[in-house]
Amino acid sequence: MFSSTKFNFIIPIISVILGLVAGAIIMLIFGYNPILGYQALWNGVFDSPFFMSETVNRITPYILTGLAIAFAFRTGLFNIGAEGQVLVGWVAAVWVGTAIDAPAFIHLPLALLAAAAAGALWAFIPGILKAKLGVHEVIVSIMMNYIALHITNYLIRSVLTDNQETTEPVKQTASLTNDFLIGLTGSRLHLGFIVALLMVLVMWVILERTKLGYELKAVGYNQHASNYAGMKVERNIVISMLISGLFAGLAGAMQGLGSFGNAFTNTAFSNLGFDGIAVALLGGNNPFGVVLSASLFGFLKVGSLNMSTAGVPNEIIEIVIALIILFVASGFIIRWALLQLKKGEKK
Amino acid sequence: MLDILYSIIPQTLFFAAPLIFTALGGVYSERSGVINIGLEGLMVIGAFSSVTFNILYADALGTATPWISLLVAIVAGILFSLIHAVATITFRADQTVTGVAINMLALGFGVFMIKQIFGKGQTDFISQPIYTTNVPFLVDIPVIGQMFFKNMYLTSYIAIALSFVAWYVLFKTPFGLRIRAVGEHPMAADTNGIKVYTTRYIGVIISGALAGLGGAVFAMTISQNFSISTIAGQGFMAIAAVIFGKWNPLGAMGAALFFGFAQSLSVVGSSIPLLENVPQVYLLIAPYVLTILALAGFIGRSVAPKASGVPYVKGSR
Repeated sequence: MFSSTKFNFIIPIISVILGLVAGAIIMLIFGYNPILGYQALWNGVFDSPFFMSETVNRITPYILTGLAIAFAFRTGLFNIGAEGQVLVGWVAAVWVGTAIDAPAFIHLPLALLAAAAAGALWAFIPGILKAKLGVHEVIVSIMMNYIALHITNYLIRSVLTDNQETTEPVKQTASLTNDFLIGLTGSRLHLGFIVALLMVLVMWVILERTKLGYELKAVGYNQHASNYAGMKVERNIVISMLISGLFAGLAGAMQGLGSFGNAFTNTAFSNLGFDGIAVALLGGNNPFGVVLSASLFGFLKVGSLNMSTAGVPNEIIEIVIALIILFVASGFIIRWALLQLKKGEKK
Repeated sequence: MLDILYSIIPQTLFFAAPLIFTALGGVYSERSGVINIGLEGLMVIGAFSSVTFNILYADALGTATPWISLLVAIVAGILFSLIHAVATITFRADQTVTGVAINMLALGFGVFMIKQIFGKGQTDFISQPIYTTNVPFLVDIPVIGQMFFKNMYLTSYIAIALSFVAWYVLFKTPFGLRIRAVGEHPMAADTNGIKVYTTRYIGVIISGALAGLGGAVFAMTISQNFSISTIAGQGFMAIAAVIFGKWNPLGAMGAALFFGFAQSLSVVGSSIPLLENVPQVYLLIAPYVLTILALAGFIGRSVAPKASGVPYVKGSR
């Protein structure tokens, strides 16, 4: 028999395999060679240090948005607003990065702090409305996403620049890029992954080693029981959203101070926040699981860009990712099938 | 002043129609106890299938094309929603997670298929969209005729009529009572002989049909083509309308009309004397800020159907 913790590992792994197999079948149906397709996917990441670094750069914000959503989930909240929190964090970081002159050891932390604060502020509004008035956090977060989109566009056009669509690059003192890494890989590989991994530890420590984390999880399990036990449910909801927004804001800083080094106007969302939902779920809302699932996502997304060399439209990977999540969600049936197999062996 | 109303009211109904259809679908799904975050994806499927059908069969079917395209989208929406239904109801999958997967799957599938069929990531514009009409006779009524019956889309009228039908079915028929019962207390419903699984399947299928229709109406009237960014957040706005409208079909319609009004304001706002000097960013964020204020101010606590989001396992307490 499998123990329940074993299932937590086995189900995602089986789901990933099933998803890739399903992708291969779809490729076969439409007359593509799945082996060439997946080979191109693999080579798209591992063929050159440049693309490997691009993959790391892609994984970094995924880890942070994944953490943001996972953290809120653990407190029973659905932070669908990570998308907007990423945007405000991005612009806040670039604003500090371009407008201020300071030595690197002050400038960079300040820019990161600004991003975290902006993200937290954006998450605070749905949090406080949920806590005090019982307004559904999902609807407020969705609204906050659109407000973020329009306000950041306005700030970029009218405050950060003079009617331009792109800001100046951030000053070197606020940049996460590093000459040594750039020289090594020829890419914009930046130090953001250190920040992301640090936040993984922060989340783990808060949830598993502090009284606050214990209370947050308790509120997630059962609000009424937590209230009865004397925990301040309202305050915990707000704190959880603040921390969640902080992670998402930092994801924006990774883009603004690292991968892109500037900010630009958007007509649609970056999808970092929405993909973060999938990252969190595949990672079992566990900080270390998030690292693994973010890595898988980054690998698939960057590698898929190379699939066109095998003639395969890269949307196939979107389908594969969606199927993986669908399989993880339907873990009940995989578990049932596995148990049936076990029974069959015994007979 | 009347001139402004003449342009704003048709615009409002124009933008609101796809949201109304989709939100009605959301109400039925959630009332039956299944959260449907996948409305966005179902709209994508509706837009994709209707545009593809329209382009491929416009020559053969002529002016009937857009209407048949809507039917095609309804069928496509139903088929796609079955994935959600099987996963959440039969396999007891987490409903939010599945919905997110549906959104990704729909977009990936739609764009993948477009590349297969047309060889590029964006379709041409359809040659047979739905056009505006003037309602005969009624349009000649002074003032009101200009406001409500001139340059209107038939789909807007259908959307509003359907909202009343949806309300009547949900609150005044045995079928509606069954939907609400399995969403509030599935075990009690089960004890009374209501088939919980079947009823929930029907709820999700209705949401698939209506969200597919909503996406198709958007494609046939507003975007008139299909690409990766055709449906960009309308499904989430529909979810917002469901919650805003407190899971009531008429409430959802009202919320969708409000969103449509706000959107039309940001389009025609610059021609309104009072608003012409307001920076555009305020008009752009106004609908969203107003929604939050409305929720915080006078709508207040919105409580979902009690069993919404919880898989039903026969025999468990």
